[in-house]
Amino acid sequence: MAELVGYGVVLGSIITLGAIGLTLIYGIVRFGNFAHGDLMTLGAYLALLLAARLFPALGVSDSRLGALSFGWVMLVSFVPAMVVTGLVAVGVDRLVYQRLRHLRVPPVMLAMASLAMAFILRSLIYIFWGPDFHFYTSGLRPMLMLPLGIKLRPDQIFIIVTAWVLVVALYLFLQRTKMGKALRAMADNPDLARISGIPTEQMTTWTWIIGGGMAAAGGILLGIDSQVRPEMGWILLLPLFAAIILGGIGNPYGALVGGLVIGVVQQVSTQWLLPAYKPAVAFAVLIVILLFRPQGIFGGS
Amino acid sequence: MSLLEVENVVSGYGEEMEILHNVSIRVEKGEIVSLIGPNGAGKSTLMKTIFGLLRAWKGRVLFAGEEITRLQPEQIVRRGLCYVPQVDNVFPSLTVQENLEMGAFIRDDDYRPRIDEVYDMFPDLKGRRGTRVGRLSGGMRQMVALGRALMLDPQMLLLDEPSAGLAPLVVELIFERIRAINQQGVTIVIVEQNARKALENSDRGYVLVDGQNRLEGAGQALLADKQIGELFLGR
Repeated sequence: MAELVGYGVVLGSIITLGAIGLTLIYGIVRFGNFAHGDLMTLGAYLALLLAARLFPALGVSDSRLGALSFGWVMLVSFVPAMVVTGLVAVGVDRLVYQRLRHLRVPPVMLAMASLAMAFILRSLIYIFWGPDFHFYTSGLRPMLMLPLGIKLRPDQIFIIVTAWVLVVALYLFLQRTKMGKALRAMADNPDLARISGIPTEQMTTWTWIIGGGMAAAGGILLGIDSQVRPEMGWILLLPLFAAIILGGIGNPYGALVGGLVIGVVQQVSTQWLLPAYKPAVAFAVLIVILLFRPQGIFGGS
Repeated sequence: MSLLEVENVVSGYGEEMEILHNVSIRVEKGEIVSLIGPNGAGKSTLMKTIFGLLRAWKGRVLFAGEEITRLQPEQIVRRGLCYVPQVDNVFPSLTVQENLEMGAFIRDDDYRPRIDEVYDMFPDLKGRRGTRVGRLSGGMRQMVALGRALMLDPQMLLLDEPSAGLAPLVVELIFERIRAINQQGVTIVIVEQNARKALENSDRGYVLVDGQNRLEGAGQALLADKQIGELFLGR
């Protein structure tokens, strides 16, 4: 059981990275971004391109970092993969969502457009990388035995630490900086933000960069934990939505708790259910929340 | 030159719904001017049109002698004209201090002295600076809303129903603060349902009926006017 909770925290940390961006986008751009899971996939493939193709092709030699299954090349690939994914998200916004916003379409149209973008992104990934599974590194990945019967691989400890460093960095950004406060203000009351002179389109751009970047980090960490494949982010979309609804949609701090809860619940459920049912468990949690507390744990006025 | 001149403005919502048929008002520097009138007369519509939230279909708006008719709110606010909406006029999940900081968003200089001045004007807020505004009472929220708008040191404030939904004692306090703000040199335009309260606290007033100016006059004169008494003051 403790072992499953450990895996749950790993999965939950990854879900949190996706969920925080999804909930920020919902709060500021005002629609549910169905392409968010595929932004995670894109980030994972971009890191693959850099770490497993580009750097080796340049003749850069890599060596493993301590007990981790990968080396510093992987770490170096993190940041550009996050940045490029963020820029892709901004590009999609300019190309599609911004035009729709200017037409003043209802949010459901934007959500449907993002669903289309999800298919397009995934199709592009199939075209460029094919349907096969990829691994960042090959080789054995030994387990560490931790107290309380928790078994984790060093990679998984890296995943948890990296995810939380990013979450804390985002927290500090939202809490301490002028830009971060303006993002929260805009999520709170977009009309008043505009009246106060906050440049709302610029804020939207930053939201996509942050949301896309965090999603990419989540995708890369998911790739480190298991493998890189075209459907990896898409199948995480439902848990992402469950996490943000659980935490109160639009609330980044809620997404953090929601992500962890969904991750742990999904993994612990495998004690009794086949792992194939994990998405169904997220779905069940989602329905229960919607029935009994639709505003989420931290929701409300 | 008047600080604000609205000339023959026609405006409304969408393409068809004309609310203001032909409205002209003038506000001199240093005045408190009320816009009163029955429900649906177009008072709030006029304010939104002045501030660029609604497009003027015809006519023009001049602020400090320059035309602002086609400007966006983001641009108008930089000219020293701030607007406090009737509802949703605070950021509820942000603290009092953060709300004031957002009011100063476009300021590049050090605005901390201004925050202290706003706290001096609303001493009740000072002890609550770290409280989320969503947890405050209606009166306190209204103070935060005024404080946010004051952060830019505006030349003019547009206040949409500052007394709406507040208890009588709190209304008294808010109007007392509005006069104090005016004493510091800020010109104020108030839209009010509470016509008596507004006129008592104003230098001049305009009566809007059916999207047109009906009457104009000094606050006290309008209060004494028999016709207005019948229309809005319940006499």
